[in-house]
Amino acid sequence: MVSGDHSMRKYDEELEAIRSRVLHMGGLVESQVRTALAAFEKGDLELAQQAIDADRRVNELELELDQMVIHVIARRQPTAGDLRMIIGTAKAIVDIERIGDEATKIARAVKWLHEKGAGTRMHRVPDVQHLGEIAVSMLRRTLDAFARMDVAAAASIIKDDRGVDDRFRAILRQLITFMMEDPRTISSSLDIVWAAKAIERIGDHAKNIAEFIIFISQGVDMRHMTPDEVERALARG
Amino acid sequence: METASHTTSLAKERIKMDVQNLNFYYGKFQALKSITLRIPEKKVTAFIGPSGCGKSTLLRVFNRMFELYPEQRAEGEVKVDGENILTSKEDVALVRAKIGMIFQKPTPFPMSIYDNIAFGVRLFESLSRSAMDDRVEWALKKAALWNEAKDKLGQSGTSLSGGQQQRLCIARGIAVKPEIILFDEPCSALDPISTAKIEELIDELKHDYTVAIVTHNMQQAARVSDYTAYMYLGEMIEFGDTDQIFVKPARKETEDYITGRFG
Repeated sequence: MVSGDHSMRKYDEELEAIRSRVLHMGGLVESQVRTALAAFEKGDLELAQQAIDADRRVNELELELDQMVIHVIARRQPTAGDLRMIIGTAKAIVDIERIGDEATKIARAVKWLHEKGAGTRMHRVPDVQHLGEIAVSMLRRTLDAFARMDVAAAASIIKDDRGVDDRFRAILRQLITFMMEDPRTISSSLDIVWAAKAIERIGDHAKNIAEFIIFISQGVDMRHMTPDEVERALARG
Repeated sequence: METASHTTSLAKERIKMDVQNLNFYYGKFQALKSITLRIPEKKVTAFIGPSGCGKSTLLRVFNRMFELYPEQRAEGEVKVDGENILTSKEDVALVRAKIGMIFQKPTPFPMSIYDNIAFGVRLFESLSRSAMDDRVEWALKKAALWNEAKDKLGQSGTSLSGGQQQRLCIARGIAVKPEIILFDEPCSALDPISTAKIEELIDELKHDYTVAIVTHNMQQAARVSDYTAYMYLGEMIEFGDTDQIFVKPARKETEDYITGRFG
């Protein structure tokens, strides 16, 4: 992708401001997700509340970024690499914001579990923690790849999402077994399902962002492709 | 330099003008370097590039306008429907009737609106008065000027506004029934509303004619053209679908120019 060196310095500044604001927003969301997962692991209500509160700033950033994008389109009529960067970014912002929403859902599940007096036993469904670690790592790598417009990293993130989906289904089976063995756990098991589903969605959003990274730098639209198709499209460049 | 060409849809088009290894010289200075491209029929092809890149020169070769100047010469082939117009024995006036040109500044003749249009027709055809009236009306309608001009056909062409004068020139070019219309910066002297009218007209004209347009305004190229050619220092750098050129050009030079990174 191209960057810098426009004949108009102000245009460069505007694009750079958008880029750094997206990374800032991504950083906030990442820490929001980590906080929500820590809250889930420890059953910590205070951390859960922090994760919920953090969402407000993320939402504000989404609105600010939308304004910045509209401004650049209206004033600069971006083309080629600039156009792909603006459109890809505008779409990536939506996914970043949604990740914030998913973190909030995890935090809410922590509260519900607490209200049901499920204690910490239910929180320690080990696979959920592991799923969370994978999702956070995907998110971390996605944001890194966005900062560097790293196509290879983005492609590997797209692949990883399949693993997250498989793990989520495994958790579901595990919880169903729980519920069948002891119907008293149904209510709290469902809360855990919500949390696990939210984590699984974080993986989906990270994958979407990875697809936009490839669109921005290569001009190839990877959405709705199978992993094999993605590989072939990337090989073609 | 090899021209980057990634056009998939060009293969489906009928080619109206086939340019092969075209070189052009202003005396000793070579202004066009081995230009090769194919211009599809009934489509709009835009030529963009910085000042001095040769895009207007190329357009002038297309209807042998350069022959007005003895020190200028062209080598290579510009085939229109298979015939090389550079070596053709055909009268240059006939070539220019077939391949009309609209210039940067409107150039109405100092005569009535009616005669501006009839003048060129009389060179090639002898029409009855009523047939000529029909031809003038047809051309003015094609150029989207009829409603504004029908009540003042006897008035001087120069009494019209700049945008109307430009449409009068388009009507004049159309009246001799060309096959190709070349536009050399047709809107650079016009306000945005007149520009929009000309652009809309170009969109209409491509149903009947092959259109080539040189423009400094990249957004104009993006708006009106089906294919875009990027030229630099007398070379054809990239040619392709307009959508592709403006979303994902193949060459860094093209990208730098259309994104405004041109030093």
